[in-house]
Amino acid sequence: MLRAFTAAAAVLIAAAGVAFAAGEAEHPQNYPFSFESPVGDYDMAAVQRGFQVYQQVCAACHGMDHLAYRHLGEEGGPFAAYMERDHETGQLRLREVPGPPEHGGHFVDVVDNLWVRAIAEGVTIVDTDPNSGQPVERPGRISDYFRNPFPNEVAARAANGGAYPPDLSVITLARHGGADYIRSLLIGYDGESQGVLHHNRYFPGGWIAMPPPLAEGAVSYEDGTPTTVTQYATDVATFLQWAADPHMEARKRTGIVVIAFLLALSILLYLAYKQVWRGESH
Amino acid sequence: MKIHGHSTYEPKSGFTRWLDKRLPIVRMTHDSFVAYPTPRNLNYWWTFGAMLSLCLVVQIVSGVVLAMHYIPHVDFAFASIQRIERDIPYGWLIQNMHAVGASMFFLAVYIHMFRGLYYGSYKAPRELLWILGCLIYALMVATAFLGYTLPWGQMSFWGATVITNILGALPLVGESIQVWIRGGGAIDQATLNRFFSLHYLLPFVIAGVVALHIWALHEAGQNNPTGVDVKTKQDTVPFTPHATMKDLFATSIFLILFAVFIFYMPDALGHADNYIPANPLQTPPEIVPEWYLLPFYAILRAFDFNVGPIDSKLAGVLAMFASIGILFVLPWLDTSRVRSMRYRPIARQFFLVFVVVCIFLGWCGGQNPGNILLKADDFRATLTWVEGGQVVESRVTAASPDAWDEADAQARAVLRQQGAAMTAVTREGATTGSARGVIGGAERTASVSAETVDDLEAAIAEAKTQAGQAAPFFVVERRLPPTFTVTNLSQILTAYYFLFFLIILPVLGLRETPSRVPDTIAKPVTASEQAGAA
Repeated sequence: MLRAFTAAAAVLIAAAGVAFAAGEAEHPQNYPFSFESPVGDYDMAAVQRGFQVYQQVCAACHGMDHLAYRHLGEEGGPFAAYMERDHETGQLRLREVPGPPEHGGHFVDVVDNLWVRAIAEGVTIVDTDPNSGQPVERPGRISDYFRNPFPNEVAARAANGGAYPPDLSVITLARHGGADYIRSLLIGYDGESQGVLHHNRYFPGGWIAMPPPLAEGAVSYEDGTPTTVTQYATDVATFLQWAADPHMEARKRTGIVVIAFLLALSILLYLAYKQVWRGESH
Repeated sequence: MKIHGHSTYEPKSGFTRWLDKRLPIVRMTHDSFVAYPTPRNLNYWWTFGAMLSLCLVVQIVSGVVLAMHYIPHVDFAFASIQRIERDIPYGWLIQNMHAVGASMFFLAVYIHMFRGLYYGSYKAPRELLWILGCLIYALMVATAFLGYTLPWGQMSFWGATVITNILGALPLVGESIQVWIRGGGAIDQATLNRFFSLHYLLPFVIAGVVALHIWALHEAGQNNPTGVDVKTKQDTVPFTPHATMKDLFATSIFLILFAVFIFYMPDALGHADNYIPANPLQTPPEIVPEWYLLPFYAILRAFDFNVGPIDSKLAGVLAMFASIGILFVLPWLDTSRVRSMRYRPIARQFFLVFVVVCIFLGWCGGQNPGNILLKADDFRATLTWVEGGQVVESRVTAASPDAWDEADAQARAVLRQQGAAMTAVTREGATTGSARGVIGGAERTASVSAETVDDLEAAIAEAKTQAGQAAPFFVVERRLPPTFTVTNLSQILTAYYFLFFLIILPVLGLRETPSRVPDTIAKPVTASEQAGAA
């Protein structure tokens, strides 16, 4: 009876799979991002480049309201600064590139992080003048949240033909397919357009209001990485994944310790349980 | 929690003797959790009670910390959770623990409940124990639903909208209850505030009922896999260390699963849409509850037909509440005198099917109800048109809206008299329209087929475009095959769910011949031991 039921269920599920295959957007390309494996870290160089692409391209329309500039320089962030000990002099000195050294290294508080300070100061923030109370423009501070290109949703829609560019803070978590979907979407244009809509084979429904945002060579990379649309898309997707899940590396590291502890505890508890029940029939 | 029999606790020190006279709390703990006699044959299915206690503690402790940082305001709730995840030290851990913890809590409670069902733990003298358990479960559902609203994402908002809407389906009082729960006409600030307040309150109510549940357990004693009552001291072992160590070991394994989700798949059990801030103006493409409520969602949506005078919406709501409500009266529905299904070969089969039905109900709850699972044939349509004919057109006017069909037929007859091979009538108003006919030309046909109705319509549209201007109009004959949808499957599963409790258990209890039940708990245990030794 049970076997017959299971067989029927299997047929139903198989039939369902066939029925769903039709009429949907193309499945996102599966890109081997380094952060996908249970022990994988972020490719911080890609996060840095992705941030550059965001600043120079995406930020024209998309806000990231939940991120502050200081987040970029916190531990696990793409511009975290570290001191390391010079092998010859024994003096602590600032590492020339962001990120921790292989061994040791002292994290530099984000307040003293010059990269983050430079990024923040490069942005113009509208604030209230402390003396006159009037709106005033000032250079950004590390405590500022990412500058939103529009003062409100109405202004955003008005500037984008009625479409609202979504906030990108947690976009990879808010879309099925995550970073793969974002990356695919950015390379999924085929040049076809209908009025304000553009054809994109990865977008549900096929027609998206966002014009193809990336063009080859539009952002120049300092590290010699190829400046192709595919590379930009990969980097931006990596950056957005970091932005949505900034503590992933710490989370995975903690997880290993916790699970190893629980495994050892389970073994001890099992032995204790066996010991207690020895001689008791059950 | 006074228990039966003589207390074996003897205070050793002066202080404990002093305390025992005034507040015998150490004695109570000793009698309830140390000396408490436990059937010696309990298997691992009996360890989930300990896990559930732990889950409740984890949810309350992590919840209290989250509440220190959470802001129950429609403009700040979503951002405050982001702040917890990003800026609060180990906030990501506490938030993941709380969100994953809800799923773990339900996983454990479902296994605990199925355990109770299989081994007949709801039968006398444990009816109240079972009912208190059902009450805890109902409170858990309410608490989880309220909690899911708090992040104020799209699924939070629309889930709350759907659930409060279905309460509005109740006759007479529905609308008032709906407004009362929402704190207004729509889900808004007032709703969020009261949901937060109640979400903080209910776990402590649960803790209270759990205390009663444990009290009732210790009064009636634990059931066991044989379902046979404890008769002698030989049947039992002391709770500590025997049951304690086994519970600790099993709980530790459970915690490993818990940790895998917290640290490696924190969002696997949630829905991506809840990372989009709530937007009352934009309905998400699909509204689904969390996985642990999907079976009830499937039962709710299985009713796409009216039941006599009850309309489909109300029928679904009543069925959904009844599916939990029926558990409360289960002790009086099952007529069998044998507790454990281990000795009920037929009931056991029906029980296993019941478990599978519940799982598939959950699967159905997560699907689009219109999805086709099986169909007799493809969806087909035949288009007929006339190429190169001359089009004649006339006005159609009916005497009254009811007389439209008559006017339609008359207009066609007139056109056919003029020699039209094909006619078409388009209704433009209640009593007006236009009739067109094609005279002469050559008749053409085309057939299209597709997997779904939507695809068929697209194929028809495409065929029309291909025929182009040559055809003034088309006659489309659609042949829709009989289909079996997710809703149909939900209906069958829902029927089984209720039949299991209302017919199968009552009837089977009277008719089934159980296999031989051992006389004592100790007997089969020692018998198998001897067989093993021999």
